[in-house]
Amino acid sequence: MSVVKKMLASVALSAAMIASPVMAQDNVRIALVAKALGIGFFEAAAKGAEEAAAEIGNVEIIYTGPTDTTAEGQIEVINSLIAQNVDAIAISANDTDALVPALKKAMNRGITVISWDSGVAPEGRQLHLAPSSNSLIGNMIIKLAADHLPEGGEVAVLSATTTSTNQNTWIDEMNKVMGDYPGIDVVATVYGDDLADKSYREATGLMQTYPDLDAIIAPTSVGIVAAAQAVVDAGKVGEVNVTGLGLPSEMAGAIESGASKSFAIWNPIDLGYSAATLAYELAANGVEAGPGAEIPMGRMGTLTLDENSEGAMADPFIYDETNIDEFKSIF
Amino acid sequence: MILRIIPVREFILAAAIFLLLLLISTRHAAFISPSNLANVFNDTAPLMILALGQMVVILTRCIDLSVAANLALTGMVVAMLNVAVPGLPIPLIVMIAISLGAIMGAFNGILVWKLAIPPIVVTLGTMTIFRGIIFLISDGKWINAHEMSESFTAFPRAEIIGLPVLSWVAVVAVAVFGLMMSRTPLGRSIFAVGGNPHAAVYTGINVGKVQFLAFVLSGALAGLTGYLWVARYAVAYVDIAGGFELEVVAACVIGGISIAGGVGTVAGAVLGALFLGVVKNALPVVDISPFWQLAISGSAILIAVAFNARAGKTRGRIILKSAEHTS
Repeated sequence: MSVVKKMLASVALSAAMIASPVMAQDNVRIALVAKALGIGFFEAAAKGAEEAAAEIGNVEIIYTGPTDTTAEGQIEVINSLIAQNVDAIAISANDTDALVPALKKAMNRGITVISWDSGVAPEGRQLHLAPSSNSLIGNMIIKLAADHLPEGGEVAVLSATTTSTNQNTWIDEMNKVMGDYPGIDVVATVYGDDLADKSYREATGLMQTYPDLDAIIAPTSVGIVAAAQAVVDAGKVGEVNVTGLGLPSEMAGAIESGASKSFAIWNPIDLGYSAATLAYELAANGVEAGPGAEIPMGRMGTLTLDENSEGAMADPFIYDETNIDEFKSIF
Repeated sequence: MILRIIPVREFILAAAIFLLLLLISTRHAAFISPSNLANVFNDTAPLMILALGQMVVILTRCIDLSVAANLALTGMVVAMLNVAVPGLPIPLIVMIAISLGAIMGAFNGILVWKLAIPPIVVTLGTMTIFRGIIFLISDGKWINAHEMSESFTAFPRAEIIGLPVLSWVAVVAVAVFGLMMSRTPLGRSIFAVGGNPHAAVYTGINVGKVQFLAFVLSGALAGLTGYLWVARYAVAYVDIAGGFELEVVAACVIGGISIAGGVGTVAGAVLGALFLGVVKNALPVVDISPFWQLAISGSAILIAVAFNARAGKTRGRIILKSAEHTS
């Protein structure tokens, strides 16, 4: 009995597998794989992917992911997507290397594989879509401060630790473009060590040392929140503008109090939109990904790939009082 | 005799703080303005409150490394409570914070008292456990300013006669502990247990129980500070006050509280905390490279401790002349 059952089951399974490519002919099926389900950031990315699907037309988005942020969970998801024979997998990876064998298997079956947000090692994907690049971020953080200082002014940087690679790179990139912002004077760089209390104290110290300070740039999510609180407590809302990189959910209070006029971070909706469009271009339009390639991604412009087949989507997205309410519940 | 009437150690420390303030004022005059000194005091208030609790624990020959984690967990719990029930009155939240902290302190105390595990091991363990629990209950997410109710974050900032409530809490805590240590049986038995546990047993003091109570006190203060901390910085997440336990221990040590137990005063703990608070608040304004700041903070601690160790050294007395000659 059980043997018969098994045979029947495998017949049914192979029938399903033969059947699916036929279905794929009328719809390009793109799987958007999140780090884990139930995270606002990825839900928003899925929304963006749906937007891309509606724009392109014959695209079906399969939004999926493991229930917790593990590489094992994602490998299972990838294997089941291979079994479903989807046309493309766009994944935000929980591990750079662990997913490579599973994704290689997918590519061997002719499935287009790209990574976005959090990348996979080059051999495990055709291209990687980074939300932004170091030079774009460096330019953005000073632009955020300069935009509200048409007459020029004094700004100070509140970073994480003296050894934080990301922050140091962004500050270096910022210093490179300072020539584009005449009249803006970076008077100090201090370090809050990504601790709320130390960042708060450093921000208070900045306001005391530089009574004419116009803006504090904090390219770290702990620092920006603490600096905003310090400005409110010092009664300097309106005099000192706190800006930099932060998350809408954490910065909603600072925007509301006026301590921060605007700040930036990636926009998950744009990211999901771009990932889906890129996956479609590769899977259905025969576009080749490789170093130097320029791939269109709809309303987000074109993605230019570097020698590692990585590309940066766009400037970080600016959040202010006009859009904070929409995004604060997302991430 | 005169030396015994004037508490020399505290006097020297107070003088050192005064000198430090003078030194800072030469580089940044506004630092010693009354309003800024009030700010420094307010900023040091959490450290001061925690140092009082730690002092009691250290006096009984124990150590509590879980205070910062206790603070963070209590802070997270009351912040989540505030989000869930925004209308909860502040006095009730304060009561919950104190009780929750005390329960966590009691957990440390029970392990030290009934299972006789070394306190450094117990609190090292509970420190990690408490941080882990924060992650479990919060899912690693932040509780942010806009989610907290207005009254929740306003309480430590509210001004009474020129000083914020946060400062007043520290003042009251100092007064209560000052009275307790010098005027109550518990205070005296804490000194007795640390000074000589064997002798304490003979006078009818239950050493384990006193140590347990010391942990409860330390935990309750950490819980109280947890609420104040989260309300002041208007944010709660897993890593708040990371590494703060070492600062608290440092404040006690600088204040002349003997790590071997039995020796120390409330004034010492308060001055030790103030010393660290002045250094921490001064470093950002005196324009010293951030790369040097850590080294300077560390050296200040070492110098103070070395100084204390020398000042506190009492010459051994020969009580049996004949025994000295024969040996």
